Amino acid sequence: MHGRPRKPLKEEDESVLSAKAEKLHSLQSQFLANHQNRIYTKEALDLSAKLLEINPECYTAWNYRKLAVQHNLSESNSDSDASLFDQELKVVENALKKNFKSYGAWHHRKWVLSKGHSSIDNELRLLNDFQKADARNFHAWNYRRFVTALMKISDEDELKYTEKVIGVNFSNYSAWHNRSVLLSTLFKRKAEGFSHKEKVLQEEYKYVHSAIFTDSDDQSGWFYHLWLIDQTVKNDAPLLVSSWPSHGANITLNGNNSLHGSGLSLLNSTLSDTKTLPVILCFNQAVEGVNSSTVVVKSELLKEDLVWKPLSTNNSSTAQVWVVYLNMGNMKLQLSKTYSIEINIGHSMGILSSNGYHYGAPSQITFEVCVQTAYTEPVDGQRGKLTSWKDNDFRKIDHFEESNPAVSADHHIPTTSNWCMEAIDEEITNFQDLSDCKIRKLTLARLLIALDLLSPQHDKRKNHTEEVLKLYTELMKLDPTHSLYYKDEHSLLLLQQITSSRESLIPYCHYYKDASETNTSYVCLRLQNLSLSRMGSFENLLWVQMLDLSHNELRSIEGLEAMQLLSCLNLSHNKFGSFTALGPLRLLKSLKVLNISCNELGSHSIDTRRYLCSSPLAHSEVFAWDRFEILCGSYSATKFWEAFLIFESLNLTDLNIAGNAVADENFASFIVKVLPTLKLLNDEEL
Amino acid sequence: MTETLEYSPYPPIDPINFDLIIVGTGLSESIISAAASAVGKTILHLDPNPFYGSHFASLSFEDLISHLNSPPKYITATATATTDNSDYTTVNLIQQTIFSDAEFNSCNSIEESQFLRENSRKFNLDLAGPRALFSADKTIDLLLKSGAAQYLEFKGIDASLVYNTNEGLVNVPDSRGAIFRDKNLSLKEKNQLMKFFKLVQQHLGGNEDEKISEEDMESSFVSYLEKLGLPSKIKAILLYAIAMVDFDQENGGVCKDLLKTKDGIDRLAQYSSSVGRYPNAPGALLYPIYGEGELPQAFCRRAAVKGCIYVLRMPVISLLIDKVTGSYKGVRLSSGQDLYSHELILDPSFTIPSTPSLSPKDFSLQMLSHVDIKGMVARGICITRSSIKPDVSNCSVVYPPRSLYPDQVTSVRALQIGIESCC
Repeated sequence: MHGRPRKPLKEEDESVLSAKAEKLHSLQSQFLANHQNRIYTKEALDLSAKLLEINPECYTAWNYRKLAVQHNLSESNSDSDASLFDQELKVVENALKKNFKSYGAWHHRKWVLSKGHSSIDNELRLLNDFQKADARNFHAWNYRRFVTALMKISDEDELKYTEKVIGVNFSNYSAWHNRSVLLSTLFKRKAEGFSHKEKVLQEEYKYVHSAIFTDSDDQSGWFYHLWLIDQTVKNDAPLLVSSWPSHGANITLNGNNSLHGSGLSLLNSTLSDTKTLPVILCFNQAVEGVNSSTVVVKSELLKEDLVWKPLSTNNSSTAQVWVVYLNMGNMKLQLSKTYSIEINIGHSMGILSSNGYHYGAPSQITFEVCVQTAYTEPVDGQRGKLTSWKDNDFRKIDHFEESNPAVSADHHIPTTSNWCMEAIDEEITNFQDLSDCKIRKLTLARLLIALDLLSPQHDKRKNHTEEVLKLYTELMKLDPTHSLYYKDEHSLLLLQQITSSRESLIPYCHYYKDASETNTSYVCLRLQNLSLSRMGSFENLLWVQMLDLSHNELRSIEGLEAMQLLSCLNLSHNKFGSFTALGPLRLLKSLKVLNISCNELGSHSIDTRRYLCSSPLAHSEVFAWDRFEILCGSYSATKFWEAFLIFESLNLTDLNIAGNAVADENFASFIVKVLPTLKLLNDEEL
Repeated sequence: MTETLEYSPYPPIDPINFDLIIVGTGLSESIISAAASAVGKTILHLDPNPFYGSHFASLSFEDLISHLNSPPKYITATATATTDNSDYTTVNLIQQTIFSDAEFNSCNSIEESQFLRENSRKFNLDLAGPRALFSADKTIDLLLKSGAAQYLEFKGIDASLVYNTNEGLVNVPDSRGAIFRDKNLSLKEKNQLMKFFKLVQQHLGGNEDEKISEEDMESSFVSYLEKLGLPSKIKAILLYAIAMVDFDQENGGVCKDLLKTKDGIDRLAQYSSSVGRYPNAPGALLYPIYGEGELPQAFCRRAAVKGCIYVLRMPVISLLIDKVTGSYKGVRLSSGQDLYSHELILDPSFTIPSTPSLSPKDFSLQMLSHVDIKGMVARGICITRSSIKPDVSNCSVVYPPRSLYPDQVTSVRALQIGIESCC
């Protein structure tokens, strides 16, 4: 089934094909007539069976047969019911013989069996036939999982079956995959012999080594190995990795609504917007169920229940980062008084990971809030100032004003047994023996990262980041087809290295000097010219209000929505190809200044990343069509709807979009209408 | 053979002139007979034994014992032999047994020998075999092409085992799957072995820049393997269990029969194309279901269909030599009848005494007076109670040189055939 070259059509085949098409066409039209007139006679059914044998992809015909079964069931006795379903199974089998990759056929079979009228004894025989023909076919493997569940075949037996199949030919990713599925459920329900995860994993490592070392060019074993590393390192239970404000922080609210202050560190932040105070919780994986009962906020300030919001770009109810806005404007705070806020997370059940694990260790965060100046309404025109990103507007930071660490260190993984480290260590030694190939390099990189992740905090100095960065750089050269992936990994690791400690972060932090207000300045994180293709380490950057990511190779800002305090963002000179890639910006409610000049917005007619991003046409989007149509007026609307989707909900005062293919005059006049708050466009006052 | 006298004498053979007379129904003679009859030659195919196959025969337990116990026969022309035709001189043939010595060890207990006797008709034993064939062996192609295959049934040798001092008998890691499943190779060894297989595949793949260099191809296989840095365990597997080399290749160059890389590669290629050639034979080797003796018999049947005449139990006692030219004219049978042919093929066990009566012109006849023994092979047949390896009934076993005792200079190979299909 694999690796068979396609033969070009011969001329004589064409006439055969056209005759075939003719026949199919007539069958199809007859069938549709039957379908429309709800004719479920034997002749009509035979016709649809014939059609499906020729073309199993005809989904309508499968649905028609389902309707027919239901129709005929109601008027017959239970004896003939069984034969009715058996007939269906036969039709499916014939269709599968024609094309056993037909989704419709497999689905129909499942439908028939789930009705419970037919014997399932035959199914394994059928599966064996199909799996003999193509041992890797995932349809068959999917169906196998369905059938074994129905037949109550134990996971242990199925595990042995995968062993048998892998023994015949170990380049069978489907079999390896099924193994990981089976082991996951066995681990989860702590089945006999599987309660010691370590022991089982050790055996699995040995097993997959045989495959990897026998043929290191075959990828299926490597994929399984990746899953094993994940199982070794991963903590199933979700945990809080960081928060803003972090534990023990003092927050100063500065009421005159101008962006200034000396808020570098996490602990002593100054916020300009005193109306709302965000509280951000960042978990190690996407979770659901963060609400006022699972996360309890205690403070004299609070009068009402808080509504936690998942920060997700696709409107899902699970997210890695959750936020709540404390409405300080309503609270009549006293000047210079310190209010204490206590947050208890996970003391009651409810926070769940996507694979059903409960929140690990209940934790507590306390911080203090104090108001320095009262809130005043901004005076109109005051904010018309240009935010410059020029180098000489920034000043290096020589020392910190506080001795507290700028980065929270509470995201270590608790209760990692020595075994995990030993296992990863052993893997690294093993792979040192193997001859060099790209997948060995990649696995080595992943192992070293895993090792660093597991090693205790005090060992962090001895980490392998440099080595891994080098490996990724080599891989980019060695395997150009996947260089974007390696670059992403390289970027993420580099960011992790930069943000891992206060010392490493300082060189990238600068005071921004507002040209007109020389005595006030605030901190900007400048990560330009680092060849970043992806942004990450958000858990360490929740405090950032001004971020410069210019002159990189960013194509996406996935995850940036976590940085809820962000008010100034520079994305100029990157590789953004479409507005949809800027989706996370929609969730940044504080964003005022955005520079996306000199990108590739509008240069690509087709957005190849579209399937990853939200689109105005997606069901999940609430697209304000009315407003959009009014704004668009005369010019071609669809051209701008992606831009509309991104900017519609933002309150930008300063936008620079020059140097993009999309940014013509039409667009400028459109965007000004979309953003009524805008004071500056492309460095020009409006 | 003393038994020959007990058989009732044959009527005289008619006709008496043939294109070819073949004496002995061993494998090579049978193939020639099938080939010659296929092209329309008239052939008389004789064998002194009451069975087909000469020393390729498969015999029942009792027949084998009595055959081996019969004294070496030196058939001498009886004085009464007719010498009335004065055109010819007769040269007596001497037939030697192919073995120098046979030894029997009977089983220890009475029950066991009783059991053996009761079941002795259920299996055949190869006289000088066993001979298992690679699935991709040219003999298999010949069997198919000649049509002899229709008289044969094979069974697969399911497992190939190799002995090593530390681990005992282990499966030969002879394919990708076998290497993966192997429990005795270290990860590094698996990697090295598979890499070598890939190298050979690439070489055979025909892509010029992936070929093994000419220099390496002409060097000895063992030194090539050493050059690649393969450990001795892997070398032993490749040389003795896959390339099936007879003599120790590593003993400081004293080996008289060093295998060249190109031949080693050929053998590896044959082995690997044998594995899985037939879906119901998972191993590399095939074995005729009723024993090795089936092979010559199949060719003989093929020849008989094409008109070859077969006479068993018919010793040839002497050759008829033309008095004038000194060249071969025919043979005299033990029945006393003289038969004539253009060509004669004799089983290698025949020799003729060097006599001055032979014409120096006829080189081929002089050749027959030589007995050229290149070497001797020790063979043993064991009837065992249980399998050498549990769960496997048909398997081949290789004990590489020096694996059993330090002075072992050759491989010891064994073939275990289960009784279940040996009737």
